[in-house]
Amino acid sequence: MKLLKLIPDNTNIHFLRWRVPFYSISILLMAASIALAFINGLNLGVDFVGGQSIRVTFPQGTTAPMAEVREEIDALGYGEPTLQALGQPNIISVRMGLPDEEEPALTEKMIRDIRATLEQHHPNAEIGSAESVSGKVSQELFTTGMVALLLAMIGISIYIWVRFEWQFGVGALFALAHDVTLTIGLFALTQMEFDLNIVAALLTLIGYSLNDNIVVYDRVRENLKKYRKMPLPELLDLSVNETLSRTVVTSTSLLITLVALLLLGPDVIFGFTAAITLGIFVGTYSSIFMATPILIWLGVKPDSFVPKESAIDAQERRARGEA
Amino acid sequence: MLDFPPWKRIYLWAITLFLALASVPSLVTVAGVQWPSFLPRPMVNLGLDLAGGSHIMLEAEPSQVARQRLETMEEAVRAAMRDAKPRIRIGEISTSGGRLSFLLEDPSQVDAARGLIEPFTTGAGLTGQRDWTIQVVDGSRFVLTQTKAGLDLAINNAMESATEVVRKRIDALGTREPTIIRAGSDRIVVDVPGLKDPQALKDLLGQTAELEFKLVDMDALPANVAQGIAPPGSEIVPYAKGTPGEGTAIAVKRLGGIRGDSLTNAQQTFEQQTNSPVVSIQFDPQGGARFARLTSQNVGKPFAIILDGEVISAPNINEPILGGSAQISGSFTVDTANQLAIALRSGALPVDLTVIEEFSISAELGADSITKGAIAMVVGLTALMVFMLVTYGRFGYYTCAALILNLLMVLGVMALLGSMAALTLPGIAGLVLTVGAAVDANVLINERIREERARGRRVVQAVELGYKEASRAIFDANITNTIAAVIMFMFGTGPVRGFAVVLMIGIVTSVFTAVTLTRMWVAGWLRRKRPTDIVL
Repeated sequence: MKLLKLIPDNTNIHFLRWRVPFYSISILLMAASIALAFINGLNLGVDFVGGQSIRVTFPQGTTAPMAEVREEIDALGYGEPTLQALGQPNIISVRMGLPDEEEPALTEKMIRDIRATLEQHHPNAEIGSAESVSGKVSQELFTTGMVALLLAMIGISIYIWVRFEWQFGVGALFALAHDVTLTIGLFALTQMEFDLNIVAALLTLIGYSLNDNIVVYDRVRENLKKYRKMPLPELLDLSVNETLSRTVVTSTSLLITLVALLLLGPDVIFGFTAAITLGIFVGTYSSIFMATPILIWLGVKPDSFVPKESAIDAQERRARGEA
Repeated sequence: MLDFPPWKRIYLWAITLFLALASVPSLVTVAGVQWPSFLPRPMVNLGLDLAGGSHIMLEAEPSQVARQRLETMEEAVRAAMRDAKPRIRIGEISTSGGRLSFLLEDPSQVDAARGLIEPFTTGAGLTGQRDWTIQVVDGSRFVLTQTKAGLDLAINNAMESATEVVRKRIDALGTREPTIIRAGSDRIVVDVPGLKDPQALKDLLGQTAELEFKLVDMDALPANVAQGIAPPGSEIVPYAKGTPGEGTAIAVKRLGGIRGDSLTNAQQTFEQQTNSPVVSIQFDPQGGARFARLTSQNVGKPFAIILDGEVISAPNINEPILGGSAQISGSFTVDTANQLAIALRSGALPVDLTVIEEFSISAELGADSITKGAIAMVVGLTALMVFMLVTYGRFGYYTCAALILNLLMVLGVMALLGSMAALTLPGIAGLVLTVGAAVDANVLINERIREERARGRRVVQAVELGYKEASRAIFDANITNTIAAVIMFMFGTGPVRGFAVVLMIGIVTSVFTAVTLTRMWVAGWLRRKRPTDIVL
């Protein structure tokens, strides 16, 4: 039986030759993502900004009467709601800011009023889920989310540093920052809701993007020991090429399952899955084009992994009369 | 590396089958088949977002505890000074700034007063600190300040009993299997599966249910009361919403009333004449005696029934009430009367609780998520297996077997962990992701074997080297994933935690299935067939 080979044997693609243009494009993309996040802002979910959110499902095949719902809720006097279709035309989310931080009873009343209004005007509609978060809690959730993200990135980089060399740790950290920034850029661009689940997705893609980095780095380390005389760019190219088949097969496997989840899975976690899916793309790219070339600039030496000669060994060598 | 003695094979298969079989009851149930009850039935615990239900987080206001302690101390000090022999006369007690301060009229009584007050303080914390500090300034002014340790202890105690009260009230609602846990120093998290609209629950928990009976101050001038000015020794209390007196207030005597914490029972009943809903209460013997004394001494005068600082009604005492039971009538519906009865039965909350976060999801939406997640899983898994088979042939077949076992084992471990690990919506994504990621180890190994063959190594040697050389990268990759998952678990809340749990379990089982099991299978095949070449 002839087996499928996505990548032919013994490829010799000079990835590293294009490192400057690729880096320029990537840094440009990162800058654009950051700019986009500032200009467009992120569509933060209620767990990050406080407020309340109700998911309403209208009968299958109909279109949610967005304008009516907006008017009805606006008439309650708590302000205008933010309405958003959730994947299908008959499912919407109704979001409201909190009326007054100091007055929890008012929040209670608002939630009750909105529920009652929806039930009264749209008896066919089904309230799937409702969520309300106070400003205090949302502040905490946002802070812990960001702290978790930073801690994960730093913790993983330290691990790489300990297992490899500091240059690899820095390279990994840079690649991670790249992946996270671009994914956040996507959320700024599409205005998909950015909530606690997305932070979990970012943490996940940090983990999996690292997978790729490690496989390439592991091979770099192996080759550094094996081919002492090979110039670094050539050695890095060789390492990337040797692991290329694995990189492509693994990423394809992940994408197969993720695309299934994206198309057929629960729409409630669409954003979550989308973030991880994009992260797999970006992560694969960054481990080849970001994390590897940076080793040249950070000055990895061919003898980085040659164990230092101990004093006893040196003595023995002299005793044997070697230079 | 490729040596698997029989005992080791049996041992590995035993672990695999045990964990994989533990998932069967859950899978069968999702498919809609009743699992026979006489068989052991470990079940995967579903998070609220899949099972449907309500989650609310309540927060107490710690300053309220401080205020209450101040009031209690004020009453205690006042009584002690009054009852002292000879009586110790003091000036007005000031409670501003969270401290209690008062002036002795006779400075020579300082030591006597200190001797009386000191027993009111107790040790707090391990450092030998007291819960109050007593200072005497300018010779005759006492200043009592709450210490941080004392306040923390009081808040902790208040939260402890508040959690108990919350539990009693929810149990009285008859909902199934609520989870009630304290979170942090001043929060309580309540999860109730199956409860679609948490409104009733919030109403019940939002009620402090502090019941008081106080005499109405008949000497207060109506004009002053309307302006909120109370005569000395009295306070102004507004009427509750929905009562005939709504919008107005009355003056009641601050001291000499009865608190509702001496109740033994409370029930919703109907008043016989008007057939309107009322709450019948039953005092304990001491409370009953005090209630009898209060009513016999004040026949003909009105007394106010005050709930959470609002007057429900202020009836006239027509005759002494000696039986220790009474009826509270207000403008109740059957529901509100029943709710009040539950709240009174479970005791008053020592602190007010406010809802700072809530989340509810319908069971239909949860079930829909499970169905869609299962479909995505089956489709994704099938496509992935086809991909593995066409890419790696026989080795791909081992990979597929490892994948299925891995999936079953993750579910099996979750079922065995029971309530310690709930499957949440992001957890389903974690499950799908674990499947995708679990093949990575096999891909690394297979690619390495392919490479070693290309370098001209013989079959057995290539396989051995493939497993050996790949294991380093597999190990490192899984450690980094574990770091990410552990951080998610530490910082995440409910659903995200569920995701982290799946990832962590998946990391362990996938290394086991993808590395150990496939190696065993490959080794068995090599031994039986002794192939001279492999297609890879």
